[in-house]
Amino acid sequence: MVVISDIVVQGVQMLLVLLLAPLLTGFVRKIKARLVRRKGASVFQPYRDLLRLLRKEVVLAENASWLFRVTPYVTFAAIWVAAALVPTFATGLLFNWTADLIAIVALLGSARFFLALAGMDVGTSFGGIGSSREVMIAALAEPAMLLIFFCLALVAGSTQLSTVANVMASSYVGLRVSLGMALIALIMVALAENARIPVDNPATHLELTMVHEAMVLEYSGRHLAMIEFGAFLKLLLYISLIACVFLPWKIAVFGTGPLSYAIGAGAYLVKLAAAGFLLALFETATAKMRVFRVPQFLGAALMLGLLGTLLLFVSRSF
Amino acid sequence: MHSLSFDVSHTLAGGLVLISFMMLYQDRLYSLLNVFALHALVLAFSVAWQAYIQNAPHLYVTAAIALVFKAIVIPVALHRIVQQLGIHRDIESAVGIGPTMLAGMGLVALSMVLMLRVTADADPLAREDLAFALSVVLLGLLVMVTRRNAVSQVVGFMSLENGLVLAATGAKGMPLVVEISVAFSILIAFIVIGIFLFRIRERFDSVDVSALDDFRGERR
Repeated sequence: MVVISDIVVQGVQMLLVLLLAPLLTGFVRKIKARLVRRKGASVFQPYRDLLRLLRKEVVLAENASWLFRVTPYVTFAAIWVAAALVPTFATGLLFNWTADLIAIVALLGSARFFLALAGMDVGTSFGGIGSSREVMIAALAEPAMLLIFFCLALVAGSTQLSTVANVMASSYVGLRVSLGMALIALIMVALAENARIPVDNPATHLELTMVHEAMVLEYSGRHLAMIEFGAFLKLLLYISLIACVFLPWKIAVFGTGPLSYAIGAGAYLVKLAAAGFLLALFETATAKMRVFRVPQFLGAALMLGLLGTLLLFVSRSF
Repeated sequence: MHSLSFDVSHTLAGGLVLISFMMLYQDRLYSLLNVFALHALVLAFSVAWQAYIQNAPHLYVTAAIALVFKAIVIPVALHRIVQQLGIHRDIESAVGIGPTMLAGMGLVALSMVLMLRVTADADPLAREDLAFALSVVLLGLLVMVTRRNAVSQVVGFMSLENGLVLAATGAKGMPLVVEISVAFSILIAFIVIGIFLFRIRERFDSVDVSALDDFRGERR
């Protein structure tokens, strides 16, 4: 009986991330449009886009290998699994024994690895440039993210995400300068990894600056739908990661009954909406930086993570 | 387990180290001056918090000195100097930003290792303050070493002095006379440096100190 309810809750979580991800992106786009006094498309436009892409025919390049056809599904699956591991509305779910922070980094890393390979597979110059830029960003973003996670793991005494969230929700953790730095660094990494504005702008097709778009330029039809869906899921994943580690208020502890799950879900929706609004506000307020400044931006994130880890050693107890 | 007073002083001192890193990161002169003002502001808060938890009213005077002179007077004066000299507002750094940041991280790690070894049985608050203060001092030195522009070297010098004040306030029982004399000597040093800046500018038409090397016949 317990096992069944576990499976049900974990299934709800996996479906929830799948259903909410396009809505979140649509919400961010809508807010951005409203902030620049445009009307903007409906919040549900990303769902319609996905459906339209799914119905369309796939156009493949003649020299595309099996890798090119497999990559969209691999990427989507890896990101979905990673998103299912992050506690959204409740901790201690069925998959949580594997929900290691390092495993999540590895899943995202392998997704990106396949995408970068597929970008180079067809042999167009755009794919190559996109892949090389994406890897340049990833080479700095990933160590920064690992350092942030080391910092969190030192505070919480575990790299398991549920444990981390529970420790953060308890009153044991006080005001810590290291955690503040880790939060800022994680936001910077999230902006870079999701190709948001100061690093990359997926809404344009300007060859001087495009990173992510250049890499997936050759994709069409249901392949493109999978990749787009993966991108939506990734944004949701990073926001719920930040929310569950740094703002774990009202997150339900395992086995406390449906009422607390409902409260947790409500709080999660509020957190998502707030994060989406802040993201849109930030994106309208800043300009995109040059590609060659991105390493400095991510170097700052790396430095913040390292500094946070170092500062933990002078705090009284970690 | 944790006490709020420790956490707040930890946050303020850690913020000071972070702002030192922001100084290393800047490549515009005006934003460097603004960051320096922020540095002094955080220092003033940190000193005031120390005064509150140590119950030492004379430290409030130190905080006020830091607030008035370092956070307001000196940045405004430097702004005016930069305006009057018409200096090129990009900072030429001798080493790139990335290596500088890495060197800064190394210095912070070094000061942590050193201070934690040396002061093993001291009060945790003083210990943590000393470690942060040493890293602020070293980072100030790093700013002075890596920048070629004389104005940014002045800023590095001033931030180094902020680290000294942080160390002094973390240690209990520092007499007020010493602090005031330190603050005063810094002000004098600032005036002297300001005059020198004008002289360098008059003679070489720039405040890039590598011109001095050329003048001495030491070609790089």
